Amino acid sequence: MIKLNVNGKDVQVDVEDDTPLLWVLRDTLGLTGTKFGCGVALCGACTVHLNGSPTRSCVTPVSVVGEQKITTIEGLAPDHSHPVQQAWLELDVPQCGYCQSGQIMSAAALLAAKPAPTDSDIDDAMSGNICRCGTYQRIRAAIHRAAEMKSEKTPSAS
Amino acid sequence: MSLARRDFLKSSVVISGGLVLALNLPGCSKPQNVAGGGASQPFVANAWLTIGSDNSITFLCDRSEMGQGVYTSLPMLLAEELGVALNRIKVEFAPAGVAYTNNLLGTQITGGSSSVRDAWEKLRNAGAQARTLLVSAAAKEWGVPTTGCRVQEDGTIVSPHGKKLTFGDVADAASKLPVPEKVALKNPSAFTLIGKATKRLDTPLKVDGRAQYGIDVRLPGMLYAALAQPPALDGQVKSFDDTAAKSMPGYKGTVKTSAGVAVVADSWWRARKARDALKIEWDAGPNAALNDAAILHGLQKAASEDGKVARQDGDAAAAIKAAAKIVTREYQLPLLAHATLEPQNCTADVRADRCDIYAPTQIQLVAQGAAAQAAGLKPEQVNVRTTFLGGGFGRRLDVDFIPAAVETSKAMGKPVKLLWTREDDTTHDNYRPPAFDTITAAFDKDGKFSAFKLRLVGPSVTARMFPSVVEKAIDPFAIEAAANYPYDVPNVLVDYVQHEIGINVGYMRSVSHALNCFVVESFMDELALDAKKDPIEFRMALLEKQPRYREVLKTAARESHYGSAPKGHFHGVALMEGYGTYMAQVAEVALAEDGKVKVHRITCAVDCGQTVNPDTVIAQVEGSIVFGLTSSLWGEINIQNGRVQQTNFDTYRMLRMSEMPRIDTFLVDSSEAPGGIGEPATALVAPAVCNAICAATGKRLRSLPLSRHRFA
Repeated sequence: MIKLNVNGKDVQVDVEDDTPLLWVLRDTLGLTGTKFGCGVALCGACTVHLNGSPTRSCVTPVSVVGEQKITTIEGLAPDHSHPVQQAWLELDVPQCGYCQSGQIMSAAALLAAKPAPTDSDIDDAMSGNICRCGTYQRIRAAIHRAAEMKSEKTPSAS
Repeated sequence: MSLARRDFLKSSVVISGGLVLALNLPGCSKPQNVAGGGASQPFVANAWLTIGSDNSITFLCDRSEMGQGVYTSLPMLLAEELGVALNRIKVEFAPAGVAYTNNLLGTQITGGSSSVRDAWEKLRNAGAQARTLLVSAAAKEWGVPTTGCRVQEDGTIVSPHGKKLTFGDVADAASKLPVPEKVALKNPSAFTLIGKATKRLDTPLKVDGRAQYGIDVRLPGMLYAALAQPPALDGQVKSFDDTAAKSMPGYKGTVKTSAGVAVVADSWWRARKARDALKIEWDAGPNAALNDAAILHGLQKAASEDGKVARQDGDAAAAIKAAAKIVTREYQLPLLAHATLEPQNCTADVRADRCDIYAPTQIQLVAQGAAAQAAGLKPEQVNVRTTFLGGGFGRRLDVDFIPAAVETSKAMGKPVKLLWTREDDTTHDNYRPPAFDTITAAFDKDGKFSAFKLRLVGPSVTARMFPSVVEKAIDPFAIEAAANYPYDVPNVLVDYVQHEIGINVGYMRSVSHALNCFVVESFMDELALDAKKDPIEFRMALLEKQPRYREVLKTAARESHYGSAPKGHFHGVALMEGYGTYMAQVAEVALAEDGKVKVHRITCAVDCGQTVNPDTVIAQVEGSIVFGLTSSLWGEINIQNGRVQQTNFDTYRMLRMSEMPRIDTFLVDSSEAPGGIGEPATALVAPAVCNAICAATGKRLRSLPLSRHRFA
């Protein structure tokens, strides 16, 4: 049995050590919001957070996760309250939507690290996430919008 | 309910509130209320709309949602005439049913950028009919004439004296009234929803992981399957040894299916590992020696055969014979894969007398037929449950991923989810056809453009999928942006030689528009430069009788600041009508020091007639442009010994955020009927970008992708 902490809950799973975290989340735990696109960390559809860092769960053996806290799209925020989700809703970013869990997780990690990302920061942080529908222009705009929302929420230091 | 005279429900329909109408299922010729009790019946107004006695309004969406927005734009059409707010409508996906036939394409199909065009009158009528019945029922109850009764957007009917009844209150009564044959539709000036930017109804489901795609289906007792398919296209299994797989954790069984060997386990990862442990001897089959050179050679050879005529104005042959100057060029395009981000999958639950399939499909009745055949059942015993689609692009017009899932479920006696890997998906697509086209312009002794001739050569998707269509006629989906050549030339001949290449080809976003537009619009640029004319002025001079083309071309030129690109940047233009939509694009590119092209900006002017949800129109234009740019830069499937050489996104590249140009979309005001918008913008990208590259370098590119020419 392997112990994991997923979206704030401790769980135990009975799988082989080399099972990618993606399939533990999807098949064992039923958290299907995290998607399979390529299986080799080329598309980013499987992005989750490990202690807040964006991680491709399709190439992360479950045995290396250890005590790191796993956050999936289902656990990002209740009621769409995360600024990235709010901005995604405001700009109607998704088309087919299949890549968007991964896009949102990558964007949320970017904003946590850089509250006011530049276009170049966005290029660096988001170029591992493929969107076959081509929503990149809206993703970029929504990340800037989410940064604005976040700064509006954060009380000014002065 | 008097459903018998309403000929719309041909299969089972799930409606809200736990009521299930099972129609035309064996032993069940009449609708049955199998779950609910009490006297109140829901009002099944028509194939799309059910009003529950709980005042719920459910729209059965008969087109697949694959990103293009039908989950929102179709209920908008219905809500406009029903008179309710969009958020009062609950959307569910419709089952397979002939009532859901797409009148533009002849079966229940989501493709051809046709959903809104097909539904434009149908769903507004459906909404108006239902409103008329509900209002009549309320008026009858009040004993007042219907005039003066009005519908509030929350689904309440108000009498002239201020009395109120909800849709739910009168649902039962409305279901007993005769359906009005003709209802008046709103004048467009009275639209409150149509044409207004409207938030997509599926976005909330797509920002928290709730939207259910085929890959997400989970059924009690479900097993998982991975499939070993022949590495050479159309190969066969000669023999297999699953000894090693059998001892692996979670292994449940091996099933030889019509598509290859399926290995079943209690999770997909375990199934996949066990699949990889199979030892299979393959018969490489008819394509054992097939490669790119052979395919191209075959197409070139076929170019001298007789073709079927797609368009004939005047006498092009005579004009060419009499010409003072002739320009002839050859263009060539590669095979492409669709690469939906959700790999192909299907979940099947086969029982003795029925089968449920959960599939991301664009073609429900064909999926139903394929599943029935695989299960040994009748089509009406198969219930098709369409999920959200993780991309469609035409890939899911094919049902090749369905039979193996059904066969595996049948063999195992359990529900089975069969899922392909990315590599399975790239190497077992039905590929966008390649093309080898010869194009000729003739000029008379006065320098007048006297003849245009285009010979198209390629394999036919329609001949494979809908053979009866092409028995006597030309494949209408091989010639689209060639037959509609818009320029004013007195003698035009466009013909098409169908030449099969040994492997399956499929419809892909914008279909032959992308093939044809690249050739036509690149060549028009060649002619302009040859005549030392500006490419836009050259086109405009040949478009005197084409106001819609002129308007989009003018708009794109103006908005892109055509002719005054920043230093080191260059413009290229392309123009096309497709799916009833007129479009012009201007690409702005620069060449990096290493010679690679950087596409900075694409400006797209669009006249798609009346829009339903303009925000979706813009999103589809942006998405289509990215799709076209990806193909232009890197898109190429290579065949060696019958095997596809590209496997994953490292060898079959997709455009990424850092490569994304700025896209500006301009909608031209238009009161024309709606045109399609999911596809056309894809087709103009390659010629616009190649024309810009030619402006920058003087190099004319007559084949794609740009990576082949070291520009990408």
